Amino acid sequence: MEVARFWRTNKQRYQLVGEECPHCQAKIFPPRDVCPSCEKEAKVPYVFSGKGEVFSFSTLHQAPAGFERYAPYTVALVKLSEGPMVTAQLTDVDAGDVKIGMPVEMVTRVLREDGERGMLVYGYKFRPSN
Amino acid sequence: MRDVSIIGIGQTVVGEHWDKSLRELGYYALASAMKDAKLERIDALYVGNAHSGALSNQENVGAMIADFAGLRGVEALKIEAAGASAAAAMRMGYIAVAGGLCDFVACVGVEKMTDQQPSTQEMALAMAGDGDYEAMQGLTTVSLNALLMRRYMHEHGYGKGDFAHFAVNAHANAVNNPFAMYRMNISPKQFAEAKPLSDPISMFDSSPVADGAACVILAPSALAKEFTDRPVRVRASAVATDTIGLHDRRDLLALDAAAWSAQKAYASAGIGPDDIDLFELHDGFTIMSALSLEAAGFAARGRGVGLALDGEIRLGGRIPITTMGGMKARGNPAGASGLYQIVEAALQLRGEAGANQVANARLAMTQNIGGSGATVITSILEGETWK
Repeated sequence: MEVARFWRTNKQRYQLVGEECPHCQAKIFPPRDVCPSCEKEAKVPYVFSGKGEVFSFSTLHQAPAGFERYAPYTVALVKLSEGPMVTAQLTDVDAGDVKIGMPVEMVTRVLREDGERGMLVYGYKFRPSN
Repeated sequence: MRDVSIIGIGQTVVGEHWDKSLRELGYYALASAMKDAKLERIDALYVGNAHSGALSNQENVGAMIADFAGLRGVEALKIEAAGASAAAAMRMGYIAVAGGLCDFVACVGVEKMTDQQPSTQEMALAMAGDGDYEAMQGLTTVSLNALLMRRYMHEHGYGKGDFAHFAVNAHANAVNNPFAMYRMNISPKQFAEAKPLSDPISMFDSSPVADGAACVILAPSALAKEFTDRPVRVRASAVATDTIGLHDRRDLLALDAAAWSAQKAYASAGIGPDDIDLFELHDGFTIMSALSLEAAGFAARGRGVGLALDGEIRLGGRIPITTMGGMKARGNPAGASGLYQIVEAALQLRGEAGANQVANARLAMTQNIGGSGATVITSILEGETWK
């Protein structure tokens, strides 16, 4: 049980809240406080649109502990329309229909569970969009 | 700075050692290397290990191995850098000897992985990536490498079967390595029919989880000849890092840290890739071999797989890799693998690689990667017998 750890990143997992660099206007996700473009401090919150496209993807069969009941599932690198890349699962799509370049949008889903009586962790996944 | 040489090497067979514990494996490799160096005491012990906490419920592994080896009182520390832990232990030893703080240092890499179920192993391995933004989403090490491989195939136009040659070559070389886990050949057809793990990665793209330990003894080069007639000089040792998460990379298909650490090593040794006689690269997955060859300057961008297709990675090719089986076929005990690479390179430079001997090998490079390219440690070694 790691309640505080999950709570700490709620804004990121529920709303894709990243940062905008006040110096060079780079959009940053996940938040990292130091801008990767200009290396100055960047702590201004920025809410991403949740729109993007599939940059790469894979369907995995051997899941790590906590995710066993969901396997097989498809994971992807999604290039957000504002620029950054995000690592996430794809949902509401057959594995065989996923293509590089496919437009996707963020939705909120259950990510994992901590055992039968444990906490459910919700977060972003991405589904095909038009 | 003093010149540093390897005066002793030791390794255990890689495999599923159900009857041996973490401490026993570490001790066997250490004792074997000390015997090889005819050494009875050391000044320090650096133990590379990636997963003892998650897979063996044991930390403080430096003290544990020193204790078990009867070296009570000695300086002993565990060094962790995920899959690059063993090379990181070697790096610590190099710093200590080169800097004049210690004369005789043992660098051990040890990993005990097979006590746990596959789902626990996957969870432990995924700790090498970004815990909050990769592992939290259900990503595994295999699937992160699959994302790299899919994009590489997309950008450079290769088919999955084109990656077979990395695995076929590794297995062919492991046949002659008595310490290897899988001493049998595989065919491109077997590669093509292997079980998918996380497409496009299948079982034969991926190196096997295993138990094992390897060790080298470092000493000032000026003292090396007192202990061995075949010292191996450490010509360069270099570390570089990149973003912990794949999503934050400047360029997904450029292993920047691998390029930077190789460039630092070349500059420090005053040589270039054309001077290297063999390259023990990080073949945890076939895609990592391709990207490593490109980052270290042996192939242009997108040509790493082409080098394998052309047969140039085999013994006798332009740049032989994984000459004793690599992680794919020798086996990949994660936090020990970097020292297996160094022990195998030393065997080549001592002229003791048997049927797999690279003719006239003088300069060998090893490169050990932690995470999907986040920590990269490059060493360049030179055999002193051939001078």
